[in-house]
Amino acid sequence: MVPISYYLILAAVLFSIGVLSFLLKRNVVTVFMSIELMLNAVNLTFVAFAHRWQAVSPQAVSGQIFVFFVMVVAAAEAAVGLAIIISIFRTRQTLNIDQINLMKN
Amino acid sequence: MNLSPFLTFFLLTVVKIVIVLVITLTSVAYTVLLERKVAGRMQNRWGPSRVGPFGLLQPLADGIKLFLKEDLMPLAIQKPLFVIAPIIALSCALVSIAVVPFGPLTEVHVHGQPGFDLFDISNINIGLLVILGITSIGVYGIALSGWSSNNKFALLGSLRATSQMISYELALGLSLVGIVLRAGSLNLRTIVASQSAHGALSWNILGGFQIVAFVVYLISAFAEANRTPFDLPEAESELVAGYHTEYSSMKFAMFFMAEYANMITISCVATLLFFGGASSPWGNALPNIGGAIGAAIFPVLWFVLKVFCFLFLFIWVRWTIPRFRYDQLMAFGWKVLMPIAIVNILVTALVMSVRS
Amino acid sequence: MQLALFIIFAALAVAGALNFLLQRHPINSALSLVVVMLSLAVLYWSLGAEFLAAAQVIVYSGAVMVLFVFVVMLLNAGEEERTTGSRAAYFAGIPGAAAVFCLLSFVFLSESKTLGSSNLGGYLNDGTVNIVEISKILFTRLLLPFEVTSILILVAILGAVVLARKEPDPKVVTSSTDAAGVIVIKEKV
Repeated sequence: MVPISYYLILAAVLFSIGVLSFLLKRNVVTVFMSIELMLNAVNLTFVAFAHRWQAVSPQAVSGQIFVFFVMVVAAAEAAVGLAIIISIFRTRQTLNIDQINLMKN
Repeated sequence: MNLSPFLTFFLLTVVKIVIVLVITLTSVAYTVLLERKVAGRMQNRWGPSRVGPFGLLQPLADGIKLFLKEDLMPLAIQKPLFVIAPIIALSCALVSIAVVPFGPLTEVHVHGQPGFDLFDISNINIGLLVILGITSIGVYGIALSGWSSNNKFALLGSLRATSQMISYELALGLSLVGIVLRAGSLNLRTIVASQSAHGALSWNILGGFQIVAFVVYLISAFAEANRTPFDLPEAESELVAGYHTEYSSMKFAMFFMAEYANMITISCVATLLFFGGASSPWGNALPNIGGAIGAAIFPVLWFVLKVFCFLFLFIWVRWTIPRFRYDQLMAFGWKVLMPIAIVNILVTALVMSVRS
Repeated sequence: MQLALFIIFAALAVAGALNFLLQRHPINSALSLVVVMLSLAVLYWSLGAEFLAAAQVIVYSGAVMVLFVFVVMLLNAGEEERTTGSRAAYFAGIPGAAAVFCLLSFVFLSESKTLGSSNLGGYLNDGTVNIVEISKILFTRLLLPFEVTSILILVAILGAVVLARKEPDPKVVTSSTDAAGVIVIKEKV
């Protein structure tokens, strides 16, 4: 027996670490990976809440289906995002996020 | 002896794991010997014949040789990843055997506790997905080995292996959907049970009309295991030795064992999904021999025989068919195997919906 | 028993996430993220979502993260340089993240009673299979979103191909991408 709140707090910890690394990392690929970490943390809350609702009615699996959709969209997003990163690297020869600032100046 | 149910279960499971691991590792060693023997006969020579009768102790000698060799560590490697890569490769290859049922559901009751499954380590409801998942984790071993070696041949080999394995995994997964549709379950035992009605006639490859799926599965499994004709990652004429160029001694042996363990797992899965697992070809047409013990042992023998046939097929193909070119390999995977697998799913689904 | 399982894999997930934050090399970060995802898969399983656990391993750790590792290997990205980022990120972002974490934990802990607790019983054996329920809802009530995601994936594939393909420059060199994604550049004679 594990309280659902433990799972939720774990998800909060992972989400905060994701936010922190999004802010602190300077490599585009790693910044992109921290988005995946945040998505994973949110997925954990969805699954935990789905488990909570299954105690009420066993047919309540909407939370799990939402996670399924998040996974599908994350996979599509990773494909497009990495393609963008590759084309950025081709033109700018760098992955440092501070040097990809053509629009700024 | 009055153990709690959990402790009994735990101890018996550990014993099962040890037995299965020992058997798998031994069969890995003897598959290597089989490969060398068969290769020898195909090239009109004897193969290893000096150590022991018929060269049967050759695996032992090979093991001792590899163990005693110097473990080279090149200077420019990424050390932690270099060490961990062969471990990932071997453990992923061995772990997926955990969900394979070797025989019929035979439950042993100890002191009136819940039944204990004799012929598989764990009978879980998503066995097929577990095997697919563990196979997909195995890519990391190869990708990291090439990258951490800091060697351009190794890097090229591992880039090739990674893209090849990701591409062929799609065709492999899609070819299994037809089976899952027919069985209505992802549990390997249920899938086997769905083929056991009329012996060989109801196996998925014959009665299920999944022969197209079987061919797609077999070809993509060859690519997943990096075996000829798809052994581009370690193509010795272009890439020295591919991703394990820098490896020596036991670390090389781990990659080597992982390749053969993967072959065994793939053969087990093909047997379970397409050839009725542990069921005999004539089903219940012939009377049972040997009572309860015979009923438990003969299916296991059938399973081992089928797996052996697949291993022989692997070796046969390796020494018969030349290597593909890399662009041919990719084009074949994406433009031929994938569409065929998708059409197979559509046809299977249509037939099933018409029938019901 | 279940608590022990939770503690082990939660600790593994948090350690992986911290290692992800602290490592300088992108490949080490990617591997720590794989550890996080695998331990989350075990936690999904312990919450009775065995299909999602398998999907997490196959899709996230087996496909998405392999793609990340592949790109890092392909671009040969070295250790990241520490440059000073946006100042707003440091002064508003970090306290903001801490505040979000504190708020969430406070709410979860104070609502702990209403949230109840998870029970492993019957999930790890063949007792319940929720794949059937998931697929029933997915292919009846949620059929339209399901089809829309398939179109989304198609668009994403096309977009990725178009973005990652290098435009050939006919005057100076001809370049092509071989099947591994390695760019082959040939100078025109």
